[in-house]
Amino acid sequence: MDRQDTTDYEDGNALAGPLGELFTADVTAASGRCAGCGRTAVVADLRVYAHAPGLVARCPSCDTVILRLVRAPDAAWLDLRGTVYMRVPLPPA
Amino acid sequence: MGIVSRGFHSRARPADVKLPPGQYLTEDFPVLSAGPTPSIAREEWEFTITTESGTRHRWSWRELLALPSERPTVDLHCVTKWSKLGTGWEGVSLDTLFADVETAAEFALVHSYGDYTTNIPLEDLLGGEAWIAYQYEGEDLAPVHGGPARLLVPHLYLWKSAKWVRGMRLLTEDEPGFWESLGYHDYGDPWREQRYQGD
Ligand SMILES: [Zn+2]
Repeated sequence: MDRQDTTDYEDGNALAGPLGELFTADVTAASGRCAGCGRTAVVADLRVYAHAPGLVARCPSCDTVILRLVRAPDAAWLDLRGTVYMRVPLPPA
Repeated sequence: MGIVSRGFHSRARPADVKLPPGQYLTEDFPVLSAGPTPSIAREEWEFTITTESGTRHRWSWRELLALPSERPTVDLHCVTKWSKLGTGWEGVSLDTLFADVETAAEFALVHSYGDYTTNIPLEDLLGGEAWIAYQYEGEDLAPVHGGPARLLVPHLYLWKSAKWVRGMRLLTEDEPGFWESLGYHDYGDPWREQRYQGD
């Protein structure tokens, strides 16, 4: 199985607004390690499939689901199972 | 005799149509996708039903097409609130595929090429309510809409009608799928507006 269609996703900046509702830091500047292939990528470089019941962010190298976000009326559901860690740049403590 | 206007023959106007709560009518066919569109060679395509005891039933593409097909015309209701009415499909009824499957399971976890899954009670797949569909409006089902073949379960929200369907596991206990494990309703009946958990 190979894949076609490379125009059906957006970059990780599409996560800025929805994740901004949950976190005060700019998570699109964070870098994380993919649980599928081990590659480190900044969130802004992820491939975000937004034409779906939720947001699905995939690794640009191996398509593993890094992050999923569903905004229900009374809660946000966040799944980070494809992320080994996330490093979030912050101002000096 | 007067001239019959075009509108006379058209389908029911939106005002006459009864939609599930919270839905709006659309004429086009929006493409929703949680990942890249897989391209699946028909020679390599397969559909499997694996029972709770591990028995595996398998159909190749050729074997699927050799089965008797049906041509349902159904309404589609997407949880993102669009509904599309009177869509024409061709495919094989799940009743046909289940004819020789012995199971006492009550649940199915459907899986697709790619990593998508969705869970459906087995009784919702039987009784003439679900198909493995491979044609849409007289044409081969396009890859963006789930081709070569997708599940079609039109009485539930469309995320249950898994695109690029590959098979299902029959389970004695319910196991949530891709969206059901992230806030969406386990069953997803559009007429009861079961969008999210707790609806
Ligand atoms: Zn990866």
